[in-house]
Parts: sequence; C-alpha cells; structure tokens
Amino acid sequence: MPQVFRRPDSLKEAPFRYCPGCGHSIVHRLIAECIDELGVRERTIGIAPVGCAVFAYDYFNFDVIECAHGRPPAVATALKRLMPDRLVFSYQGDGDLASIGLAEIIHAANRGENLSVIFINNATYGMTGGQMAPTTLEGQKTSTTPQGRDPSLHGHPLRVAEIMATLEGVSFVARTAVDGVRGVKECRRLIRRSFECQLSGKGFSMVEVLSPCPTDWGMTPVESLRWISNRMRSTFRTGIMKDRGVDDWRRG
Amino acid sequence: MGNKLAVTGNQAVAEAMRQINPDVCAAYPITPQTEIMQRFSSFVADGKVETELVTVESEHSAMSACIGASAAGGRVMTATSSQGLALMWEMLYIASGMRLPIVMPLVNRALSAPINIHGDHSDGMGARDSGWIQLYSENAQEAYDNLIQAVRIAEHEEVRLPATVCMDGFIISHSIESMEFLPDDAVRDFIGEFKPLHPLLDVDNPVTYGPLVLPNYYMEFKRAQHEAIGAAKEVTLEVAREFERISGRSYGLFEDYRLDDAELALVLLNSAAGTAKDVVDAYREKGLKVGLLKPRLFRPFPYDEVADALSAAKVIAVLDRADSFGGFGPMYMEIASAMMTKGLRPLMINKIYGLGGRDFMPEHAGAVIEELRETLDTGRVKVPKEYIGVRE
Ligand SMILES: Cc1ncc(C[n+]2csc(CCOP(=O)(O)OP(=O)(O)O)c2C)c(N)n1
Ligand code: SF4
Repeated sequence: MPQVFRRPDSLKEAPFRYCPGCGHSIVHRLIAECIDELGVRERTIGIAPVGCAVFAYDYFNFDVIECAHGRPPAVATALKRLMPDRLVFSYQGDGDLASIGLAEIIHAANRGENLSVIFINNATYGMTGGQMAPTTLEGQKTSTTPQGRDPSLHGHPLRVAEIMATLEGVSFVARTAVDGVRGVKECRRLIRRSFECQLSGKGFSMVEVLSPCPTDWGMTPVESLRWISNRMRSTFRTGIMKDRGVDDWRRG
Repeated sequence: MGNKLAVTGNQAVAEAMRQINPDVCAAYPITPQTEIMQRFSSFVADGKVETELVTVESEHSAMSACIGASAAGGRVMTATSSQGLALMWEMLYIASGMRLPIVMPLVNRALSAPINIHGDHSDGMGARDSGWIQLYSENAQEAYDNLIQAVRIAEHEEVRLPATVCMDGFIISHSIESMEFLPDDAVRDFIGEFKPLHPLLDVDNPVTYGPLVLPNYYMEFKRAQHEAIGAAKEVTLEVAREFERISGRSYGLFEDYRLDDAELALVLLNSAAGTAKDVVDAYREKGLKVGLLKPRLFRPFPYDEVADALSAAKVIAVLDRADSFGGFGPMYMEIASAMMTKGLRPLMINKIYGLGGRDFMPEHAGAVIEELRETLDTGRVKVPKEYIGVRE
C-alpha cells in the first residue's frame, strides 16, 4: 500500500512537548515539510528563539542555533552573510520579535538581509505564563492586563506584517492563521514562498502566523481556533502584503 | 504581631511590594521572577496599590523607565532575573551614577549560554561593580524583611543609591515556607513618606541629571559615589536595629553561625547556607570547631567586620555559586581581601558549587568540612579552586 503520510525527514523522531492544541507544533511540521520538498535540509540553519519554541532544536533535524531573547535577526544576518549558500530562517514569537527584539527585526528587514522569518503571533508571552505582548488584542485579558488591554495605558496591538510591508528592503511579507485546514495549507504555501524568495536571492521575507496558545488564553484547543477566526483575524488581516516575486532558483 | 502564612519566596516579595506601594513600577517578565510581576499586576488591577505600572518592552526599557520615574521624584521599584539583569546592565550604572534610590528584587538565576532557568548567583555577581547596594537572603522571610529594609537604606539621605535584594531562583522563589508578615501600617510607618531629592518635577528648581562630565570632574562624581555606598554599611545596621523593634527579627551585615571559637569556617550565601548550618551542627556535636559566615550585605562589603568574625579561623572554605572565569569565585576574592587587609593569613580554599541550579546537598558541605580538617592537619592547601558536585 502506498504511504500517504509520514514524518518529514526534517523532523526528528521526538514527540512535541508543546501544550495540546499549540500552534508551534503545527508550524514546526509545516516548516519541516517545506524544507523536505525543497531538498535543502542539509544546508538549512534554523534559529531558535527564547520563548516556548526554545526547544526547536529538539525537533528540527538540521542545524539550529539558540540565541538571546530578541536577537535572532542579528545572528541570522551574520550566518547568512558568512554562508550565503545556506537557507537561514529565524523562528520567533511575538515577545521575541515584536517586543524585546523589535529593533533587530526592523533593521534586518530594512537592510534587506536575504533571510526568512517565521513569526508566531499568539497574542501573548507564552513561555512566561501569558503576559501581555505587543500583539495582545484590545480588551484581551492577560496576567499583566487582568482587566483587559487598555490602549490608553498599554498601547495598541502592533501589526508587524503591515509595518514590514512599508520597508524597502522587504521582498515578501504575508500573514496567515493556522485556525483550520485552509489556514494550515495556506501557511505551508507561504512558508515555502518565503524560503524560495531567499533561495532565489530576493532578500528579506517574513510570514506572520496567527497561532493558538490554548493554555495561556484559558481556552480549549477548539475554542482557541475559533477565537483566532473570530477575533484575531479582525485585528490582524490575513493575506499577502508584499510580493516582489521569486525566480526559479534551481536553474542558477 | 505579624501574620504567619505559608507562601513562596515570590509571593513574599510581591507582598512586600504591595505594602511598600511604590509610585511607579516598570517591569518585564522573566522566569523565575515572573510571579512577582504578575502578582503585582493584580494588586494594581484590584486597586490594592496606587502604583503606576508600566508594561515595557524589555528590561532595558524597564530600568530606563525606572530611572525617569525616580529622577522625576517617585518611589520606584522593578524586579528581574538573569538575562533581564544582564540586559539592564547599561542602565544599572546610570541609576547608581544619578544616585536614584530604585529598589529591585533580583531572583537569582544562571546566565546563558547554555540557557538555564535555575538558580545561581552569576547574575547578581555580574552586577557587583555597578554601584548598587546588594543584600542577599537565605529564605522567603529574609527576602521579605530585606526588601522592606532596602527601601530605607536606599533612600537614606547619606546614601541615595539603588538597591537590589537577592534570593535564590526556584529554591526559594518557588518553594513554599512559612513566614511572618508585618501589618500593612507597620510597613508604611517604617518606610515613611518618600522624600524626593532634587526631583525633576520640581519645576521651580530646575536640575540636570546625568550631564556630560569630562576628566575635569568625573572622578569627583565617582568619589562621591564611593563615599555614599560606604555610608550604606552603617545605615544598614541602623535600619536593622529599627526593623528589629517592629518585627522582633534581628539582622546584621552578615550572619555568623557558631563562629566565635571556630578554627574551621565556611562562607556561603543564600539558601545553601541553610543547608550547611545543619552540617555545621552535626560536626559541632562531634567536637569539631567549625562555624559558618553568611554574608547579607555584599555591596558595600563589610571587610573589617567580616575579618573580625573570621579571626579565629585557621582554615576557611569559601563556596561560590558563581564563577569569575579565570579567577577565583567572587565571594572568595572578598574574603581573601578582608583577611589580608587585617594581616590575617588563614589557609583558604574556594569551591564553586550549584551552578545552574545544581543541588547543594548536606554531603557536599560535609566533604568541604572534611577537606578543611585535612588542610588544617597538613597545613597545606591541596587545590585552591575547584568545582564540586560536578561530573568529570
Ligand atoms: C532578556 C530577557 N528578558 C526576558 C526573558 C524571559 N522570557 C522568556 S520567553 C519570554 C516571552 C516569550 O514570548 P513569545 O516570544 O511571544 O513566545 P511564546 O512563548 O509565546 O512562543 C520572556 C519574556 C528572557 N529570557 N530574556
Ligand atoms: S504556553 Fe502557549 S505557546 Fe507555549 S507551548 Fe503552551 S500553548 Fe504553546
């Protein structure tokens, strides 16, 4: 009988230890599938963030470097410039990328570094137990905004993909959500596009993924998917914000 | 008097912060400090404090916001651990250089790399030279008591310097033990009204904080800082005496445990001292003259008093829960300086233990005491500095 489903080579045989219903596990798998498809596993370097995905190196079956909270874009820049033939991507949460590391990501993007960034927006700091992140929705209750995020005190949800789209150095940026089969398939396509963008030397690309954190949202996995569809998607519009196209990178 | 409850170290510290009720708190979550920040956020949301809570985007910004608020004339607090303190490093020196009495609990945690969330003193020791007053605490009770006293020490008019209160990550921050709280009004009366000194908000008397100072005056600024932190030693004792009157608990510059006639001495900080005291007792029962010194005030370091307390010791083991790579452990260097300056020449050994939260067990303390005994017998130090409880 033909095998129709299997573990991608780019994932180790390690069970995910993320919470049940967590988006990190889904996106890890999608990244691994794309790398398998592109046949670049042997030359991929991933950058693990500080955040729940700090253990990414336990799951990905290729080289991974762990860096300080918020610094993946700077480390990725150096890796890619020294080893331009590698596929280099950073994997970052919204605390890592949009809070403590916002300066790094903006400058890497503005310089047009030839990198891919997978940005997991779960509207909270997952690992430290559900504090407000820059991406937390208005009115959303977190452990540091127990009465809900109040924009007059805590600012507004930060729309990183839209900001990125305004930067000259960015060649591809999109937002998607893993809140259902359609979203998961779209996410896979966009991640692949971002990798192809890098492989064809087009410069900086980023995929923002609206991703569930049932534990810190205090919801069941199913409720959190609905919350993404009904609430997150209205604050964070999904779609491709910028696409300068890719070339057939295999030819060159 | 107080109210006895079973709480975690973090809860104890958060309660102290609630009772202190600072004007401004700017903090960023980091394990194992997070619980302090979260509990404090709830106090703000529930109206239990009047604090302006600033949810910043990093620790660098947290300390920057504290600096602004303190210079403006407020009583200001934050809390952090490990990488958070490391990211604050630039601002730590600015806070002390501007003489701002910010008070900060530090839940001690190891530094990256490799990344590790458990307790050791690398973070606090890394900030040793930053001009902050540092108090260390063995347990939740001490962390609570030290934090309340730190407000008075930092804000004392002869000091006016930032202060940090350390306790061990997880071992204390996340363990539940019973301790005694003071009534809210006792804490309020003890710390008193905040008296701003040259606040920026006093617009009728404009001042500049942190101006450019070139070689012509920079050194005078630093000399003033040196004197101010030196003054913190007497102030710490004065504040402790007053604190004893409201709490019945007495504090000094350090704790000397069975040290009077001790020929063998151990020196160690925080929670491990609790473990080692039991071992000291066991050896005392066997007739060995062994004692222990647990520093409380680490900056300014009370060299004179420490040397006096250790003057009977012929052999001393200093146990450091942090390393100064390529040198001795930071506590060893202090003890050696204290002894040398007084012309005392005990044989000394340095043990590095418990990094990244590695357990410190009674048998480790026992083995060190055995080695001290051998050192005393042979009159010779076998290995000056060594890691213990580690795989080869
Ligand atoms: C300098 C520094 N500050 C704070 C922390 C504590 N910390 C660890 S993970 C984290 C938040 C991570 O949130 P996010 O990036 O959204 O990732 P998630 O866990 O939600 O996947 C924080 C604040 C740290 N490790 N280093
Ligand atoms: S806390 Fe949230 S982000 Fe972290 S593993 Fe659990 S569900 Fe995922």
